Amino acid sequence: MRLLIATMILLLGFASPGLAQSWDDVVARAKGQTVFWNAWGGDERINAYIAWAGEQVRDRYGVSVEHVRLSDTSDAVARVVAEKAAGRTEGGSVDLIWINGENFASMKRNKLLFGPWTEQAPNYRFVDTVNKKTTTVDFTVPVDNLEAPWGMAQVVFMHDTAHVASPPKSIPGLLEWAKANPGRFAYPQPPNFHGTTFLKQALIELAPDAGVLLAPAANVSDVTAPLWTYLDELHPVLWRRGEVFPQNGPAVTRLLDDGEVSIALSFQPAEASGLIASGKLPDTVRTFVLENGTIGNTNFVAIPFNAKAREGAMVLADFLMSPEAQAHKQDPKVWGSFTVLDVNALPVAAKAAFDALDLGVATLSPGELGATQLEPHPTWVAALEAEWAKRYASGK
Amino acid sequence: MGEGPRSSLLCWAPRLTLLLLLGPVAAGLVGTVLPAFGYLPALGGLTFNLDPWRTLFDAPGLQESVRLSFVTGLGVTFVSFAIVVLFVAGWHGTHGFARLQRFLSPLLSVPHVTVAFGLAFLLAPSGWIFRLTSPWLTGYDRPPDLIIVQDPDGWAFIAGLAVKEIPFLFLMMLAAIGQVDAARARTMARTMGYGATTAWLKAVFPLVYRQIRLPVFAVLAFAASVVDVAIVLAPSTPPPLAVQLLRWFNDPELAMRFVASAGAVLQLGVVLAVFAVWWLGERLVACVGRIWIRRGSRGRQDGALRYGAAGALTLSFLAAFLGLASMALWSITGRWRFPDALPAQLSVDPWVNNASRLGEASLNTATVGLVAALVGLVLALACLENESRHGRPATGRVLILLYLPLLIPQIAFLFGGQVLLVMSNLDGAWIAVVWAHLLFVSPYVFLSLADPYRSWDERYARAARCLGASPLRVFCQIKLPMLLRPILVAAAVGFAVSVGLYLPTLFAGAGRVDTLTTEAVALASGADRRAIGVYALAQMTLPFLAFLLAAAIPAWLYRDRRGLRVTA
Repeated sequence: MRLLIATMILLLGFASPGLAQSWDDVVARAKGQTVFWNAWGGDERINAYIAWAGEQVRDRYGVSVEHVRLSDTSDAVARVVAEKAAGRTEGGSVDLIWINGENFASMKRNKLLFGPWTEQAPNYRFVDTVNKKTTTVDFTVPVDNLEAPWGMAQVVFMHDTAHVASPPKSIPGLLEWAKANPGRFAYPQPPNFHGTTFLKQALIELAPDAGVLLAPAANVSDVTAPLWTYLDELHPVLWRRGEVFPQNGPAVTRLLDDGEVSIALSFQPAEASGLIASGKLPDTVRTFVLENGTIGNTNFVAIPFNAKAREGAMVLADFLMSPEAQAHKQDPKVWGSFTVLDVNALPVAAKAAFDALDLGVATLSPGELGATQLEPHPTWVAALEAEWAKRYASGK
Repeated sequence: MGEGPRSSLLCWAPRLTLLLLLGPVAAGLVGTVLPAFGYLPALGGLTFNLDPWRTLFDAPGLQESVRLSFVTGLGVTFVSFAIVVLFVAGWHGTHGFARLQRFLSPLLSVPHVTVAFGLAFLLAPSGWIFRLTSPWLTGYDRPPDLIIVQDPDGWAFIAGLAVKEIPFLFLMMLAAIGQVDAARARTMARTMGYGATTAWLKAVFPLVYRQIRLPVFAVLAFAASVVDVAIVLAPSTPPPLAVQLLRWFNDPELAMRFVASAGAVLQLGVVLAVFAVWWLGERLVACVGRIWIRRGSRGRQDGALRYGAAGALTLSFLAAFLGLASMALWSITGRWRFPDALPAQLSVDPWVNNASRLGEASLNTATVGLVAALVGLVLALACLENESRHGRPATGRVLILLYLPLLIPQIAFLFGGQVLLVMSNLDGAWIAVVWAHLLFVSPYVFLSLADPYRSWDERYARAARCLGASPLRVFCQIKLPMLLRPILVAAAVGFAVSVGLYLPTLFAGAGRVDTLTTEAVALASGADRRAIGVYALAQMTLPFLAFLLAAAIPAWLYRDRRGLRVTA
């Protein structure tokens, strides 16, 4: 297995002669660079992790990291797009972007990314590209080594057991529950990432044939019709009757803590445990998934084509994939984001760090998490968001 | 005798100031208007066309967005203006008036969005008021499912903005009263048997209104196009126009920039429409008012009006202070769940966790604010000194020019401004942020300095000149020391304005220059009240320190000089 990976690395290495510089060169050039890492900045714990990673690469490689806190990843994509339009082909203002899905697809399509480069990074060999398929296929779009995986995500639902005796097991079940408990469920307003994810999760379960979602969007109105029927029924029993929507995932988490809602969607299986540990959720919160499985995907970091501190960004990305950084990240007390690595293939000491982690009271075991469903093709996102805005966000 | 070239240099001060302030505004407007009609070569728009407008008008919810912005602009201004006018009319010259006046500066120095955060928590169904009254009074052991904040009609948004505009208009009103002989006019009317409120409205208001007209229009423009407060308090299905524009502008789909530009022009139109309606209202009030005055009704039964205005004003101050207090409390909270009236557990974690970012953002905020305030101060001093030497006070037209950055919706010229910054490779540069801030800081510095400067007794200068001092020496050794206090206060005002700026920082800073305000608004989307509390408190502290220094420095410098000591 490891031989196979090694061979692949070798082959890939030969396949990209354009990137002849060795990793040592990369590290040498990275020294003294400042990496402007554009990453969503709405979660304190994630921000703290990013700050920690920045300190580590500064101490080890002399690379400074500035976290440009985005309220939406598309802000950074838009900036790169604008720079390309203005003819700035080097010295760009974005060095590294936390990205996946439609933002990646759009940057790849418009040739806004540097690479392929991830096979060069020493820690990439630890990534589990076999069992964690979403590390190589991002929302059905081949990654082609243009972005480095740094975290696994899966949709889970957090519920407060003080108010929810037996959580629903399916999307239609959620509607039944909401009707019985009006005002106690909310999802963030699309195009927010978590909000759109809820739409996709519902669509996968409600579409007559979910298989078509893996291909570019076609026949949209027929495929999505059951979703709109569902939402038309759900919205009157949503939090605030669906007239006000929370802005994003953490906003719903806060509503859960305030007791305003009883069920909230999360993209990190260990988020509930981490938030309980840091006193941001009551210890009665637990996690559940749907019986037909939930959407899973991978978070990546990518380097824009015109990045100023390209080498520094590569060094940082490599560190993010290191067993040490990945284990730290999986700790629910830190962040609780699951690793992209093949833990069983790691050196003994590195594996021990993962084994020692306490995943927390509210985290489901990998077995309980069940099957992951693949993300729909990115083109569905735009279709869903446009139709949602037309139906539910254009005033009375 | 050497003063020739120097004073001719001074002659250029007003022109230079206007160029510095209006140049970017004009260029930014052009940079917004051209793409609105399809022309932006950098993005492949080479021909003029109306496509952006077609897409704009097809956008779902556009009508509602425009309606929200329009109603908010008029509503906020009308409510806050009415409360201030009625309060001043009914209470000017009383003890209560003087007492409330003291709360003005702390409220004024707090950025809008900080107040919005506080109000959002105060009023929400899981907020402080419900926590204080649940379950013993309300019977709720869980927050009720009520729409209070972000209500689709925008009432919370209007209220939140009004709470912040009331102190601003109040202060402007105080300055204006000082310029007209208000007390005597009113006493005269009182002796003729008019009630307190009626006397003021009939005898003083017509004189005063002319003086505060520009600030009122600034409030109209601001409320109709604000972004940061809207993100916290306004509805989002759909949001007010300016928020929607920002979303489009940040859309990775480049074509949306043309639409956003067209929308920015539309935003300009909305503000102009708001101006027009207000202007018509002015005419109407003038007509009806004249008849009302001529009829000579004495209006002695004005108790309800007086107490109503006082109640509304006190309530707005109270809401703002309670909201800010709740933010301060959150910043040291470990655990605080509904329906606990107070945190169950206190903690320093919020400060510890945010320490490094907070330090950096504070440093950026302080340096940008200081430099912008100082440059603004130098420009204002140069203009005013030039004016006093040539004996020509600024005409109304010049004042409007100075005010222009406050009268045009920020988003309308910041769009184009950013394109220019990218083209000149200045986006994200510290200097670009300072300049962008200067546009908004200078008018306020000028306004707050102009009156004290103009009312300075020129006889001191004449006496010094007779003793052989050059104009420069008079300026440095007599005028500056004597005016030190208002000068420092003007600088503090400029600093406070800078601390609160959101959009200009965002656009000029390209995400690289983070200030407390941009951090706080970014956190608002993440919604951890503890972190927001930390940033909100820091946002409050910086301007407070500036005002403290502005008061302390002259007091300390002049501790041995009775004539210059602060008496008020």
